[in-house]
Amino acid sequence: MNSLYVICGLGLISLIAELANFKKQLIPIFIVGILAAIGLAVMDWGTSLHYFSDMAIFDNVALSFSILICATAAFWFLIANDYFHTETHITDQAALVIFVMAGGVIMASFNNMAMLFLGIEILSLSLYALAGSRKLNLFSNEAAFKYFLMGSFATGFLLMGIALVYGATGQFHLDKIAASIAAQPELPGFFYAGVILIIVGMAFKISAVPFHFWAPDVYEGAPTLITSLMATVVKTAAFAAFFRMVWYCFPAVEQTWLLPLQVITVATLVLANVTAVFQSKVKRMLAYSSVGHAGYILLALTTGGTSSAGTIFFYLAAYSAATLIAFAILNRLELATNFAEGSFNGLFKKSPFLAVAMTVSLLSMAGIPPLAGFFGKYLVFVQAISQGYVGLVVVAVITSLIGVYYYFGVIISMFFKEPAGGEIQVSSGLKLILSLLVLVLLAMGILPDLFLPL
Amino acid sequence: MLTTFLIFFPLLAALLLFAFRPQSAKAIALGASIVEFSVSLIGVFTFDKTGGAQFMVNVPWIASAGIHFAVGMDGISLLLVLLTTLLVPFIILSSVESRYDKPHTFFGLILMMQMALVGVFTAADGFLFYIFWELALIPIYFICLIWGGDNRGKITFKFFVYTLAGSLFMLVALVYLYLQTPGSHSFDISALYAAGKALPASAQSIIFWGLFVAFAIKMPVFPFHTWQPDTYTVAPTQGTMLLSGIMLKMGIYGVIRWLVPVVPLGVAEWGSTALILSVIGIVYASCIALVQKDLKRLIAYSSIAHVGLIAAGTFTLSKIGIQGAVIQMLSHGIIVFALFFIVDIIAERAKTRSLSELGGIRNVAPILATVFIIVMLGSVALPLTSGFVGEFLLINSLVHYQIWIGAVAGLTMILGAVYMLTAFQKAMSGEVSYLATGFTDLTWNEKMVLYPIVVLIIAIGVYPAPLLAISEPAVNDLLLIISDVTAQIK
Repeated sequence: MNSLYVICGLGLISLIAELANFKKQLIPIFIVGILAAIGLAVMDWGTSLHYFSDMAIFDNVALSFSILICATAAFWFLIANDYFHTETHITDQAALVIFVMAGGVIMASFNNMAMLFLGIEILSLSLYALAGSRKLNLFSNEAAFKYFLMGSFATGFLLMGIALVYGATGQFHLDKIAASIAAQPELPGFFYAGVILIIVGMAFKISAVPFHFWAPDVYEGAPTLITSLMATVVKTAAFAAFFRMVWYCFPAVEQTWLLPLQVITVATLVLANVTAVFQSKVKRMLAYSSVGHAGYILLALTTGGTSSAGTIFFYLAAYSAATLIAFAILNRLELATNFAEGSFNGLFKKSPFLAVAMTVSLLSMAGIPPLAGFFGKYLVFVQAISQGYVGLVVVAVITSLIGVYYYFGVIISMFFKEPAGGEIQVSSGLKLILSLLVLVLLAMGILPDLFLPL
Repeated sequence: MLTTFLIFFPLLAALLLFAFRPQSAKAIALGASIVEFSVSLIGVFTFDKTGGAQFMVNVPWIASAGIHFAVGMDGISLLLVLLTTLLVPFIILSSVESRYDKPHTFFGLILMMQMALVGVFTAADGFLFYIFWELALIPIYFICLIWGGDNRGKITFKFFVYTLAGSLFMLVALVYLYLQTPGSHSFDISALYAAGKALPASAQSIIFWGLFVAFAIKMPVFPFHTWQPDTYTVAPTQGTMLLSGIMLKMGIYGVIRWLVPVVPLGVAEWGSTALILSVIGIVYASCIALVQKDLKRLIAYSSIAHVGLIAAGTFTLSKIGIQGAVIQMLSHGIIVFALFFIVDIIAERAKTRSLSELGGIRNVAPILATVFIIVMLGSVALPLTSGFVGEFLLINSLVHYQIWIGAVAGLTMILGAVYMLTAFQKAMSGEVSYLATGFTDLTWNEKMVLYPIVVLIIAIGVYPAPLLAISEPAVNDLLLIISDVTAQIK
């Protein structure tokens, strides 16, 4: 909880920065603040404190996802450092990103439907504005508009579902809803409709097939760094919320939502990965791959029960680190080549460092050992097989092979195709951050025990 | 300790090459690989020839998942490690540094490859084995992608996806076995053996295919071989040497260590099918090799034929079959390395590998021709060469298994002699081809590589007993594990 206070404080500092004129120091202040927030979260470990009449519970699951959100955001700010120096209105944009974090932490720790709604809205409203932050760019506007429409639509589903569940149980708190379900032998039919509506609303937020169609356009249209924020921090928050919702609140009515969710899982795995193959733009490919990864996390979510939190956490951490690298490099190339097509061609000759970092990121996403992505997939597969879902695992294995196909498309063009344009300079700051992230991917793959707190 | 050193020393050397990008990358890589070879020789001389697995290291790695860093060597492992550490210095020595852009990356990747290969041959933990198995794929993929020939993007990609597809199903099979182990689960090799043995025959059959496909793609066994000729042809020479000399042995080794003892009932059920596929592969590849015009491609197909024979011998589950497989893995590794090197020498000087354009090389390069004929006779298994020992044992085991299968395999040896000697004749004798003029004989550097190989081919052929003695206890142990099943078959 203390970390949430720190994050909100950072947002206020950011808004004051414009007036008090210390814009240049903003990013260092953020980094220190976020590190403090992580430290505070670590100190709360194991306490499982309740806040606001049990509306938020900072148990270990909430804390670990909060730490992941904070750490990802810290890396994001380091990568975005240059971006904030070139853009105008940096303080309000930076404040919006901080508010995204705040919303994410609330989504990871809610114990009350109203709190969930609050978290989702704080996060989403900030993102709508961020997605449209390139005001003169048509695609950015389109992305913001589409994101807003689809987001509101999903929230509508969610609200309707919450209302129906409330109608059946008379409760907003997750634990009390669960208790009420256990106490009532006969639940009214609209309760089940409510559960399904909530699942659908959440599936929109994590962009699972068939509720994913907004994602590629929004990811492509939004400024690349904002896309990387959506693909990492937002996805982490959405999955943390999804996990709490289904396993804290609805484990007793598993038979209502588990099968639909498994159908969604298979659809997400197959459709997203197959569609990604046919993308010619790397950014769009990464958008579909992000949807595909949601499929693997869903597989973990639907096969593991409450014990799946550790697997989900590890997978999200591995995926976030790799995604940050990929988008940071994409962003650097867009700036260097002025958004030219095929900017990855011959990157190994233009900048060996970027090519190697990108390769590590893509290999991790493809699930090649000894990188983090492999161990993430391994944990998911072991968990699913141990629960008897061998069929689902075979599907997931086949789709990860399809994944290899499109990730290697990029690798082949980096190492094999002829480059256009001259060498690309990489600032030593960016080199350091990317090296750190690469080390994180290696460390998570070689010593995964250190990253499995749950 | 020794095993750990053998695994991590090449990695360390590779990382130093990547980090410091020294000028003399080749010399440093060569030095590192010679140190590695010397250490493996210490292993050979201190190895207790009567004992089982030795030089064991077993420390918890991912404790929460029951995964250990467990490595060790029994006789079979030791011989394959020896093959790896022996060939890598020769592979590095045979390369021409100026031919490769960014040589430090090139030699670093070769050393990384060596690390993964030694890891595969020594791992005593299923998870660790899988990690090394996959790790071996990454450096060779980039070696082929960065320094390969025309159209390498597509071809190397096919190679990567094929092998990865196989190994992912192997992973699922290993995880399934892991979840059958008692308690909080373990990937320890003996725990996996016990878990696999306890399964009913139907489950063992499914796991058999999960594992076998991975190994069959790597070797490759018919009909999983379609990636191989293109990849061998397009890879840079050193890549082809790594692939054919060492990497395909991973498949055979996998069958011996991670398939036969893990699911003996599955092998009893499907081993004969695998054996017949292997024999089909021998006939098929030999027939195609007969009509090849490209010398490198011809040797690629001959490699499929040879490995088919090794696989077939292994699946007889007899002592002579497996002993023959082990010795033939060594012999084939050495011979195929020398063959690809000779092809590289010819192609570099004549600017072509096409048999119809070559001719008369013997007149201008007699030493090369002499070395070529010795290596070639080793390849067609002439007595007193190393190829003979292995092939004799293998065909012997096949004859005992089923007389007509042995006959078919034996006939293909004749086919092998036909296409190899035809190729030799076309390239070496006859009129001096207009391309062969200006063709120089072996250089000092090339002699340093080829002379020791020739000596080895003859030495192993004349006196193979010490090598067979190293692997014998390990083979006996293996047969003991599956003895109740083999007794049932009989």
